[in-house]
Amino acid sequence: MGVTLPILILCLPLFMFLLLGIGGVKMTKKTAGVLGILGMGTCMTLSYIVAFTYFFSGDAAFIVDGVRQQFQVFDVTWLAFTQKLVVNLGFLLDPISAMMLVVITTISFMVHLYSWGYMEGESGFQRYYAFLSLFSFSMLGLVVATNIFQMYIFWELVGVSSYLLIGFFYKLPSAVSASKKAFIVTRFADLGFLIGILILSYYTNTFNFVEMTGNPFQVLAQTHGATFMGASVLTWAMVLIFTGGMGKSAMMPLHIWLPDAMEGPTPVSALIHAATMVVAGVYLVARMFPVYCVVETAMTFISVVGAITAFYAAVVACTQVDIKRVLAFSTISQIAFMMVSLGVARDYNIPGVHYSGLGYMAGMFHLFTHAMFKALLFLGAGALIHAVHSNDYTKMGGLRKYMPVTHWTFLIGCLAIAGIFPFSGFFSKDEMLAAMFSSHWFWGAWMTMVAGLTAFYMFRLYFLIFWWEENPDYAHHKPHDAPWQMSIPLIFLAAVSCVAGFIPFGKLVTWNGAPYTIHIEPAVAATSLTVAVVAILLAAKMYMKKNDIPTKVKNLCPGLWTAAYHRFYWDEIYQFVTHKIIFGIICRSIAWFDRHVIDATMDGFAWLANKASWSIRGMQSGNVQAYVLWYFLGALAIICVTWLCLI
Amino acid sequence: MFANILIWFVIIPILMMAGLGLCSNKGMDAIRTVMVVGSTALLALAIWLCVDFLGLRAAGVTDEMLHTGSWIWYAPLNIHLAVGVDGISVLMLLLSAIIVFAGTFASWKINPLPKNFFLWYCLLSTGVFGFFISIDMFTMFMFYEVALIPMYLLIGFWGTGRKEYSAMKLTLMLMGGSAFLMLGLLGIYWHSAPQGGEPTWNILEIAHNSAIDPSWQNLLFCFTFVGFGVLGAMFPFHTWSPDGHACAPTAVSMLHAGVLMKLGGYGCFRIAIYLLPAAANELAWIFIILTGISIVYGAFSACVQTDLKYINAYSSVSHCGMVLFALLMLNQTAMTGGILQMLSHGLMTALFFALIGMIYGRTHTRDIRQMGGLMRIMPYLGVCYMIAGFASLGLPGLSGFVAEMTIFFGSFQDADTFHRIFVICACSAIVTTAVYILRVVGKLLLGPVQDEHHLQLTDATWWERLATVTLILCIAGIGCFPNWINEAIQHSFVPIINAIQNSAV
Repeated sequence: MGVTLPILILCLPLFMFLLLGIGGVKMTKKTAGVLGILGMGTCMTLSYIVAFTYFFSGDAAFIVDGVRQQFQVFDVTWLAFTQKLVVNLGFLLDPISAMMLVVITTISFMVHLYSWGYMEGESGFQRYYAFLSLFSFSMLGLVVATNIFQMYIFWELVGVSSYLLIGFFYKLPSAVSASKKAFIVTRFADLGFLIGILILSYYTNTFNFVEMTGNPFQVLAQTHGATFMGASVLTWAMVLIFTGGMGKSAMMPLHIWLPDAMEGPTPVSALIHAATMVVAGVYLVARMFPVYCVVETAMTFISVVGAITAFYAAVVACTQVDIKRVLAFSTISQIAFMMVSLGVARDYNIPGVHYSGLGYMAGMFHLFTHAMFKALLFLGAGALIHAVHSNDYTKMGGLRKYMPVTHWTFLIGCLAIAGIFPFSGFFSKDEMLAAMFSSHWFWGAWMTMVAGLTAFYMFRLYFLIFWWEENPDYAHHKPHDAPWQMSIPLIFLAAVSCVAGFIPFGKLVTWNGAPYTIHIEPAVAATSLTVAVVAILLAAKMYMKKNDIPTKVKNLCPGLWTAAYHRFYWDEIYQFVTHKIIFGIICRSIAWFDRHVIDATMDGFAWLANKASWSIRGMQSGNVQAYVLWYFLGALAIICVTWLCLI
Repeated sequence: MFANILIWFVIIPILMMAGLGLCSNKGMDAIRTVMVVGSTALLALAIWLCVDFLGLRAAGVTDEMLHTGSWIWYAPLNIHLAVGVDGISVLMLLLSAIIVFAGTFASWKINPLPKNFFLWYCLLSTGVFGFFISIDMFTMFMFYEVALIPMYLLIGFWGTGRKEYSAMKLTLMLMGGSAFLMLGLLGIYWHSAPQGGEPTWNILEIAHNSAIDPSWQNLLFCFTFVGFGVLGAMFPFHTWSPDGHACAPTAVSMLHAGVLMKLGGYGCFRIAIYLLPAAANELAWIFIILTGISIVYGAFSACVQTDLKYINAYSSVSHCGMVLFALLMLNQTAMTGGILQMLSHGLMTALFFALIGMIYGRTHTRDIRQMGGLMRIMPYLGVCYMIAGFASLGLPGLSGFVAEMTIFFGSFQDADTFHRIFVICACSAIVTTAVYILRVVGKLLLGPVQDEHHLQLTDATWWERLATVTLILCIAGIGCFPNWINEAIQHSFVPIINAIQNSAV
């Protein structure tokens, strides 16, 4: 493969960012929108060509004896720290990066198109498209990174694009603080990522993924058994690197930024905070998978964090009022699902397990299907917000009659996420659960429960929006379906969510490139399907028609409900630690110390010099008698000293 | 003598001063013409020197210093006007030229007494350029003092707020530093010829003879490092920086934070570390502790300040602490990072101070609590401020990231626990920096407009745009294409690293 297409894929969005960012003020909204959409459309086409070539051309660079290879299209030196430790910028093609190219450009293009309708009335429309392009550039750079440092570079860039887009409505204080929170929380996580890279690269002397993952046992050997506080340094490095992933992918306890990030425009939430950027953590673990496999502790850590987060987020999602927040918590929960799936996978054969790498394949599969149906759900939510001018489901209800396109597409999204056959979520979730059951029954059972919760809260949302009781305000302001720019992405993504499950994913993406034939595990499928159907029926019973069951349920255990509604007070805890302790005590006392101790000491010297000069000032009195006195005293002193020295 | 290109870095500012002498305070156009022509000439000269230098290096010239020349001017003490540049000094000259150029445009409307302002400004530049071209310690010190004295008048007369107090404090503290420095330099001079013969001030000669008696090195190292460290805002000698910067006029803040503070870092490795390598190996840990404190302490202090300039001054303490911290790691990568950080911080702080000056010129306040939503009113300045902020918090693609990463990865090469702990503390500054930068950006630029009167304010004028665009292009240039600079710096560190390693054996 030549380097032209890959370079174009990366440069086109960057060029669009510069063009729209610098020249945007001179453009009309229409020009900017059309340019943005055309740019992203071209980028998408090119990515499809590249991905198609990679998967299906059968070129010896890409596939050898049926095993897919990693292929560095180019890799140029960017910065040489030392002779060995060199940062390159490159383009790595392998199953997961090719898959991500497709996911990112597809969703990004749909969001570009959708935004044309959604953001039409907003000022700063050109800026919006510029930021979208910047985000697409950064995200593409992240997934094609040939080395972990390049990933870190683009990791930071997606962070800042996310900051800019969350704070797009910068006149609203809530948007400003949400964007700040998102940036700082992820920055904190990135500190861990950075230290992890420092440790890892110190021992391996390379940043390159292919070198590291190609021979993970050598990586382990290079650490020479060094340990720190009882754990091997490699474990520390991998856990710290995963911390970065926890930040971006909103795992507990660093999840607090994602619900607030919903302050951004809804299409942005669909692109960044549902489909692409937030799965960067999953992608990172997948990228380093073979190295993770040699440190069992890190893998267990990933699974545990994922399992706790998945359950927590699912519980919270059952109580939220803001539809975007429900979707945000659902995203957290689903990403945690993928994390657990990766955490239970291994790159070696486990006795009694039919295919130990299944979790990896399933996690990636779910990443793909989730991106599609979650983007669909967010864009659907955007259409609802566009029609009702509110984020709360309390302002909705009975909308199925008014907004048929949104209704049907949203329903497809809900069915997909709930894992109902034959929608895409069923297949990927089934594979994930199968992988978890094969690792340990506990993971499987726990996550099946989470899957049930997922079906419940999604259908709670669905029924409350589209059934329940009509909002009387519709009489004044009749909601209607969105314009075509917004409907096309909905329909397209709904169609993808219907058929994506039938993609022979195992043939395309596995941890080592060797193909694997997906087959449904009947027992697992039956269990999860039953759980999901029961959950949906329960939701229907509670929320389809207006009744008082929800209130009764709430009153069964009001303390639990309130705690879940307040997200178990995580925000308050963080608020306390950051504002009261770090800001209020540490920073203030340091600033005080600086002014009143260090600086006061310096001023004290000046004061002392001043005082001293004032006190000896009297000697220069202009009085001859005084001078004679000083003269004699001085002479006497000299004589004494001389005499003392002589004897 | 005049055939040596380096001499012209001193001559041009002197010519500019002569030209300004012919102008009157009322002839603003003539003053501006002199300044623009002069600073453009300096910038062109610096760029030419840079290109020429890289060309020579590419052609395989491996001398430690290029364009060397030496002319005696005080025989009894063997003092020469000795000049010469390596990659680092070339880049420092380029940095100074860029900032002098941008500073000229940033003080386009200086008032009152524009002629006198620019006269002192040129004298300051003479000192700065002279310092970077010198390889004779005494001449270097002389230029250093030449750069310091005009600060007093520039702040004391054209400053704002408690300007007399701040000008006095800054000058006295830096003079205190120079006193230490002078002692150190004299010590180096007297011990520069242990086998008899005439002592020398020339840095290269001293280094090549590796002459300083090890028993004296520790004492002299402390003197010189502290002397330069005061200028580099090392904890606990940094308190001149917040007050001084807060009261200084825009262009002076730019030049001072952008270039003058770099004199400190430059002197630290060129004299203290290079000439006293045994002591550097032995005593680095003390100063690593102090600079490590600077980094963390400056960043935390910046978090609660409310005056824009104070925030920046404390941020400078943190970032300049990073420079000295990196230099003290005594390995090539980290030291290269230190120099990159000097360049990066110079450009970025100059941009910050320029923007703060421009905002202050409009709103007449620097208190972030009294401002808000400026992005809507002056989008150009707002965007520039954000870019400066992103450079400061280490966004890839801008210079700060490259510098910080080189420092972290270089420093991590020292495998013992002491260094590791301090490196991790230094890394934590990336989070704190993000906190205070985003706090300012959020309060100052975003959110609702705080003061109705601000709605009438106008966006940047052409000269302000020129000043900021120059700096932003440089910041982005380093951030996107760092490797040529990195290589030039790394190459220049070879003799210094050799000296350190030889002394360790």
